[in-house]
Amino acid sequence: MIGNDILDIGSKKNVGDDPGDNLYTSGALGTPTAFGLPRVDDPAAYCSANFASCCGDKDKGQELKFAKGTTTLAFKFNGGIIVSVDSRSTMGAYVASGTVKKVIEINPFLLGTMAGGAADCSFWERNLGQQCRMYELRNRRRISVAAASKLLANTMNAYKGYGLSMGTMITGWDETGPQLYYVDNDGTRLHGKMFSVGSGSTYAYGVLDTYYREDLTVEEAIDLGKRAIYHATYRDAMSGGLNNLYHVTKEGWVKIHSIDVNDLHYMYKDEKENAMVTD
Amino acid sequence: MDSVFALRYDGGVIIAADQANARSILVYQNNLDKIIPLSSHTMMGMSGPNSDLVNFSDFIRANVKLYELMNNGATLTTDAQANFVRGTLATALRKGPYQVNLLLGGFDVADKKAGLYYMDYMASMHPVNFGVQGYASNFCLSIFDRDWKEGLTQEEGVKIVEKCINELQTRFLVAQPNFIIKVVDEKGVRTLSFGEDPADV
Repeated sequence: MIGNDILDIGSKKNVGDDPGDNLYTSGALGTPTAFGLPRVDDPAAYCSANFASCCGDKDKGQELKFAKGTTTLAFKFNGGIIVSVDSRSTMGAYVASGTVKKVIEINPFLLGTMAGGAADCSFWERNLGQQCRMYELRNRRRISVAAASKLLANTMNAYKGYGLSMGTMITGWDETGPQLYYVDNDGTRLHGKMFSVGSGSTYAYGVLDTYYREDLTVEEAIDLGKRAIYHATYRDAMSGGLNNLYHVTKEGWVKIHSIDVNDLHYMYKDEKENAMVTD
Repeated sequence: MDSVFALRYDGGVIIAADQANARSILVYQNNLDKIIPLSSHTMMGMSGPNSDLVNFSDFIRANVKLYELMNNGATLTTDAQANFVRGTLATALRKGPYQVNLLLGGFDVADKKAGLYYMDYMASMHPVNFGVQGYASNFCLSIFDRDWKEGLTQEEGVKIVEKCINELQTRFLVAQPNFIIKVVDEKGVRTLSFGEDPADV
C-alpha cells in the first residue's frame, strides 16, 4: 500500500518492521506494570555500581548522585493542619533546583510531602493518587487519611530492601477530622500531631517544639510554620529556596504562600534590630 | 533501643514497654503503644522497627480472630497462640524475617493459669516467669532475679516493674521518659498507666 510509506517519518527504525507496531507495543518504552531492568549484560552488578541507595551518603562514589536534601514539616493544631516545606534539590554539592514542589497535591483533601529521593517521592505519591482515585470510583466515597497512608506504607513494605528513599507526611481532613501520618521507605507509619522530615528537620524541630501550642490562631500557626522552615534553611546547606506553605481545613487544603527564604532572612533581621532598638 | 519487659504473677501477666519511636538522633514520636492485644486475654509486647511491629502484629491478630470466627467462638489458649506466633516467625525466617523480639503474655480463663513466653526474631521461644528484651535486659534482669517469687500479687508485680523503669531512667544512656504498663488477668487486657496517651494524636 502506498499510504503507509508516505506517512513514515523514519521512526520505524527504532520500533519494529511491522507497520502496526508502535512505541508502546514494541516494548521500547517498557511495560507499565513490569519491573524493568537495565539493558546491560549484568543488571545486578550495574545496579549496585551505579544505583547505590540514596539514603544518607551511600551514593557518594557515584558519577550521578540522587536528588535529595530537604526540610519539610507538618503539624496539627486547633485550626487544622499546617504543611510547610522548602524547595531546594541537591545532588551532592550541586544545587540542582531551587523551585521544587515538595508538597504533592494528591487530591483536593489530601496532601503529601516529599523528602529523600525526589524521584521516589514524586513517583510513589502519584501512584498513591491513582490508588486513591480507584478507591473513590469503587466505593463512591473519598478515601480516609488512615487508609491512604496505609496504602503507601504497604507499597513501601513491598519494596523493602530495594533501596527506595522516601520520608513523607500524608495529611488531610476526613470524616474523623484533621489527620497527620508519617510514612517512610522502611514501611514505618506513625500517627501523630507534629512531624518534620529531612536533613534540616532537627533545626525545624527546635523552633517548632519551643513555640508550638495547640491553641495557636491560624495566623500564629502560619507564622510558626514559616519561621521553622526559615531557620532550617539558614543552618542546613541542603535546604533553601522558597517556603511553600499550605493550610488544611475542613473544606480542603489551601495554599497560603510561596516566599523566598532569603527575603525572610532580611525581614527577620530587620525585625530583630527594630526590637533591640526599642528595648 | 526499645525496652520491653514482663513478669508473670499469680493470676496474670504484666507487660511494660517504652513509648518512643526514633531513627538515628531523632525521636519521631513519644506516645506509641507497643503492647498489642492479640485476643481478649492475650497481649504481646514488641520490640523492633515500626513496620515489622505493625505488620506482624496485624497478621497475628487477624489470624487469631479468624480461628475464633471459624470455630464458633472457641478461643486459642496462650500456649497455642505463642506457638502460632513462633511458627510464623520460623517460616518467615529464611525468606523475609520479621525483625521483632517479643514477650507474649496471657491468662487462660478455663484453667486459671497465666503464661508468659519469651520469643526473639530468630523464632526461639521459651516459657518464662519474667523476661526483658533489648538493652534493658542488662539493667533489669538482676532486679527480676532478686525480687521475683512464686505467688506474687498484682500490686507487688507492678512495684517490681516500676523499679525496673526507675533503674532504666537512672542508668540507661537513651532517655526513655514514657512507659506504658498493661496487665492481663481474668478480666482481660487493660492499661494500667502510660507516660503519654497513645490515643492523643
